[in-house]
Amino acid sequence: MRNRDAAYWLFLTPVLAALILVVIVPLIYGFYYSFTNWNGLGTPDFIGLKNYIDLFTDKGFLDTFWFTIKFSVAAIVVINIIGLSLALIVTSKIKSSNILRTVFFMPNLIGGLILGFIWQFIFIKVFGAIGDLTGIEAFNGWLSTTDTGFWGLIILTSWQMAGYIMIIYIAYLQAVPEDLIEAAKIDGANSFQRFRHITFPLVAPAFTVSLFLTLSHSFKIYDQNLSLTNGAPYNSTEMVAMNIVKSAFTENDMAYAQAKAVIFFVIVALVSLTQVYFNKKREVEL
Amino acid sequence: MRGKWKLWLIGFIGFILAILWLTPFYLMLVNAFKMKRDIFADTLGLPETWTFENFTQAFEQLDFLRTLFNSLLISGVSVVIIIIFSAMAAYALSRNKSKISSLLFFVFVAAMLIPFQSVMIPLVAQFGQLGMLNKAGLIFMYLGFGCSLSIFLYHGTLKGIPISLDEAAKIDGANRFQVFWYIIFPLLKPMSITVGILNVIWIWNDYLLPSLVIGGAGSETIPLKLFFFFGQYTKQWHLALAGLTLSIIPVIIAYFFAQRQIIKGIADGAVK
Repeated sequence: MRNRDAAYWLFLTPVLAALILVVIVPLIYGFYYSFTNWNGLGTPDFIGLKNYIDLFTDKGFLDTFWFTIKFSVAAIVVINIIGLSLALIVTSKIKSSNILRTVFFMPNLIGGLILGFIWQFIFIKVFGAIGDLTGIEAFNGWLSTTDTGFWGLIILTSWQMAGYIMIIYIAYLQAVPEDLIEAAKIDGANSFQRFRHITFPLVAPAFTVSLFLTLSHSFKIYDQNLSLTNGAPYNSTEMVAMNIVKSAFTENDMAYAQAKAVIFFVIVALVSLTQVYFNKKREVEL
Repeated sequence: MRGKWKLWLIGFIGFILAILWLTPFYLMLVNAFKMKRDIFADTLGLPETWTFENFTQAFEQLDFLRTLFNSLLISGVSVVIIIIFSAMAAYALSRNKSKISSLLFFVFVAAMLIPFQSVMIPLVAQFGQLGMLNKAGLIFMYLGFGCSLSIFLYHGTLKGIPISLDEAAKIDGANRFQVFWYIIFPLLKPMSITVGILNVIWIWNDYLLPSLVIGGAGSETIPLKLFFFFGQYTKQWHLALAGLTLSIIPVIIAYFFAQRQIIKGIADGAVK
């Protein structure tokens, strides 16, 4: 198929048209809008860096950003620890291995919005009931403070995503050659030593993959945030993705929201590229 | 003997964790069958009297059959066109080894880095001006957002399909389209299943994009309708939970029948 062939372009046209109209053109326009005072209607006036300057002095937005970073760091740690543990459990030779995989993975198939509503019920009604039953005050009023809202979001996200990360670790764990483990056993290595010196180094690439996935996933979370806390109390549990949507479609501050969206894009792209860079570098060393 | 004891312990921990994982679903389900006052009286236990009233009411309020149909239609059509058009594009890109092909492939892959929020505002504004804030527009958007990963996955598989197959078919008189459709596309079937699964999961569950594109009454998808429903019944947990349960049922049925393919599809898609 040569470039000159009509067939070549015919095969590419549908996806190219979609990508250009849905992603590329809006990205370029978005970049332009972020330097204007556009309000969604009419012709925008160019106002230079004003939106960006406002943004870096906007306490609400900076708090949102900080909350998102804290959330992402905590989510990465918790999800990966649980995900790896689940993977180790289901790859051991227990009989219920397949059923367990099915169960742990299940929340991933259900949308974040629905999962958030289910947990809203649990945190408000069920935790309340447990609090009444046991008399432990800590169970009452979840989602009504910033801290418990934070941990509520972590619990929800971990419950949802650990099964997904488990699948990635399983793929790498199953690639560990059986005879290496056997040989180490014969040499007298205990199970901790076998994990530390054989399984762990061979599974290390899985960390890169899953750290990347959990990072980009938790940084971009929207649905769960909306349905679990909706930013309450007082926008203190609002994350960047939700902040952008709100300032665009609730406050109708289109150009300003777009400037936030550009910053968001730059950070997500930087993090992803750094990750890819380190990935490549390590591949060369191997 | 020691090994056996250890396996038993691992199995036991797995069992406890599985119970823990299922508890949210249990709590949703049992409370969906309770009368309103029973949820207040006893949230954790089984219902005193099982009632289906919540479900019939939620079914009506959600306009469930129509909402389900909308979700099936939008996800189904989107996924089919993503599969066909991405496979075609990946085929063209992998069989043509020119600079323009590598550039286009790079652009498609790079587009995966772009978070939805950074294109959302102009996207909605521009499609609004074109009068395309409807189901057709939404499906076209899903093609735009779904094609990157799909082309990437197909491209990897196509590299493993020998070009001599194409040539043999060409000698037999097949044109480009016939070669693709009768020879290559059937060979891509396992990858098509993976691509289909990965896309259907996010499209089926997507809330934000449909909420911006199809607001109109009667064309809502399940997440969209559920959001309004939930807002309406915030303080009436018995109805809200019945609605949540209803909306999860189609997914659970699909998972029950295709769990192996789904988990394999996720693994193939994630590790690539």
